[in-house]
Amino acid sequence: MTQAPVLSLRGVSKRFGAVQALSDFDLEVRAGEVVALVGDNGAGKSTAVKAIAGVNPPDGGVIEWQGRPVTIHRPHDAQSLGIATVYQDLALCDNLDVVGNLFLGRELRRFGVLDEVRMEQRSRELLDTLSIRIPSVRIPVASLSGGQRQTVAIARSLIGDPRIVILDEPTAALGVEQTAEVLDLVERLRERGLGTILISHNMVDVMAVADRIAVLRLGRNNGLFEKRSTTTEEIISAITGASDSAVTRRQARKREEREARGEGSP
Amino acid sequence: MKRAGDDRRPPEPGDAAAQQTAPEAMPAVDSRLIVREEGFRGYVGEFRRKLRSGELGSLPVVIAVIIIWTVFGSLDSAFLSAQNLSDLSQQIVGTGMIAVGIVFVLLLGEIDLSVGSVSGLCAAIFAVLNVINGMNEWLALLVALAGGAAVGLIHGFFFAKVGVPAFVVTLAGNLAWNGLMLQVLGTSGTVNIPSDSIVAELYSTIFESPAAAYVTAAVGVGLFLLASLLDARRRQAARVPSRPLAEIVLRTVVIAAIAFAAAYILNQYQGLPLALLIFLVLLVVIDFVLRRTRYGRQIFAVGGNIEGARRAGISVPFVRMSVFTIAGTMAAVGGLFLAGQIQSASQTSGGGNLLMNVIAAAVIGGTSLFGGRGSVWSALLGALVIGSIQSGMNIMGVSNAVQFMITGSVLLAAVVVDSLSRRSQKAAGRA
Repeated sequence: MTQAPVLSLRGVSKRFGAVQALSDFDLEVRAGEVVALVGDNGAGKSTAVKAIAGVNPPDGGVIEWQGRPVTIHRPHDAQSLGIATVYQDLALCDNLDVVGNLFLGRELRRFGVLDEVRMEQRSRELLDTLSIRIPSVRIPVASLSGGQRQTVAIARSLIGDPRIVILDEPTAALGVEQTAEVLDLVERLRERGLGTILISHNMVDVMAVADRIAVLRLGRNNGLFEKRSTTTEEIISAITGASDSAVTRRQARKREEREARGEGSP
Repeated sequence: MKRAGDDRRPPEPGDAAAQQTAPEAMPAVDSRLIVREEGFRGYVGEFRRKLRSGELGSLPVVIAVIIIWTVFGSLDSAFLSAQNLSDLSQQIVGTGMIAVGIVFVLLLGEIDLSVGSVSGLCAAIFAVLNVINGMNEWLALLVALAGGAAVGLIHGFFFAKVGVPAFVVTLAGNLAWNGLMLQVLGTSGTVNIPSDSIVAELYSTIFESPAAAYVTAAVGVGLFLLASLLDARRRQAARVPSRPLAEIVLRTVVIAAIAFAAAYILNQYQGLPLALLIFLVLLVVIDFVLRRTRYGRQIFAVGGNIEGARRAGISVPFVRMSVFTIAGTMAAVGGLFLAGQIQSASQTSGGGNLLMNVIAAAVIGGTSLFGGRGSVWSALLGALVIGSIQSGMNIMGVSNAVQFMITGSVLLAAVVVDSLSRRSQKAAGRA
């Protein structure tokens, strides 16, 4: 992949009080690729996402957008750059219908009045191109299934024509069939040339759709893997830090000592 | 279930096959839509589906009005006389206006307990400025309305910016603004408003020409039909589902029947009251704002999911403050109509069971206490229920004690219906 990254983070750090939630974090996302961000609970995934989305601006480091450094102070900054975030709680308004939710905050207007017809038309086109199946665009979101709500939330993030979409645990609460629908949708985002950051706990999902897998451990990068040339075991050991055990540390120290004595490697 | 494609254009033999072969932009939408069958049967079908899933809308309140009118009409024929119904149409305006503000607040899932006191305060401001200090009556009217808006803004500020629960802010306001009203009225206690004052005339003017009521009904029905037809045509042009012509005609006929029946009854007595006309025009305008503008959509969004609204870039504090400002302003409007009705502002203005009545009116009318669901028409329907009960019991000579108990029971019944319909909405996955 020689293409320049759309979004790149270099040395980003964030501290909450006594906790260094993120330190010296690097990440690159290119157009048309799915980067999975994995890690244990508290590894800093959410902090990283919030730094990109402008919810909690980072303390240090550089965020570059299409090669030029940018500052993201507010969610609005991220949105206007072209970064759309779908949070785990989806933030849909249950009482509004699908069209109302898709265009919430970006309503199309005609003579100052909501243009329901054009919004409905565009909603159908968007849902069609994503092959999203929902019973009707005019029923309240409350009556949709969990998977359908997730797909509506993802579709909503596409209304503003973003370049990067961040999906926070999109399959966490879903059944098998619904998870499959959402994963199909993630692949369609890639086909549309969007860069996708996928946060997930589920290795099966990650291995199914991700192109690259970035592992976070204790707020630091702990490996970047190409999907083609890695295994689930390798990633899990990077997540859990199994490669960083007492045994490996002792071996590393002995090797350093030998090198210091000038004996060279055995 | 029919295919949605049939809805967009007339079904032709071989149409479905043509759609499948032609690589059109959106052939795949069809199979996944819940499409109503065309014509009357489909209408009944959808009505049943909505009923089962707890989307009752204004159905319970319409049934309530029919029951109340039947009961009181059979007990005393004076109740259904043209005179009583005409009086009723005027009497509900004050309560209904205040209830409009409550509907806004309820749409956010909040409550405003101060509207009674605020209505009394604004009536007192007008009476003292105009009658005692001799200020120009239009100016005094504007000051009173601005006062209501300012009071609402103060509530909104403490709720939205400081973060005090709205219920507590407005409970404090209920007492404080009542105190301010007593202060404004001063030692006199009661200020009589002359019958040629603007406030009294707004309430008591009646267009006596029979043409007024009929023309109003005709214009209303005509505008409804025109808007429906234009919308259907635009939807057809854009190839999104539209209401079938039969349904538009049916709706128009129902609305026309109600409008002309009301006009006929009003003309049997004196004619169309100005207060009722103002109320109806205001309801149409506010309904439009709530359903067809970005601001209205923001109110529903905040009522549905605050976090979702905030993430969509909606300024939640702005929506909250503006809604409480509207509630305060509508309380002032209602207070002025009530003052015009009794032609005075006194220490009891805005007191008694007014607050309960307006909240009851909004809830009885079908606006949910849980936020995000409702319509401004519930202010009219609810005020009609409350007004009918009071009017009927007054005719029957029922004591205040019993009236309070019955009105309280009706409010409880309305809240029970709201809670139950919300529960079945949840069961049907719609809440």
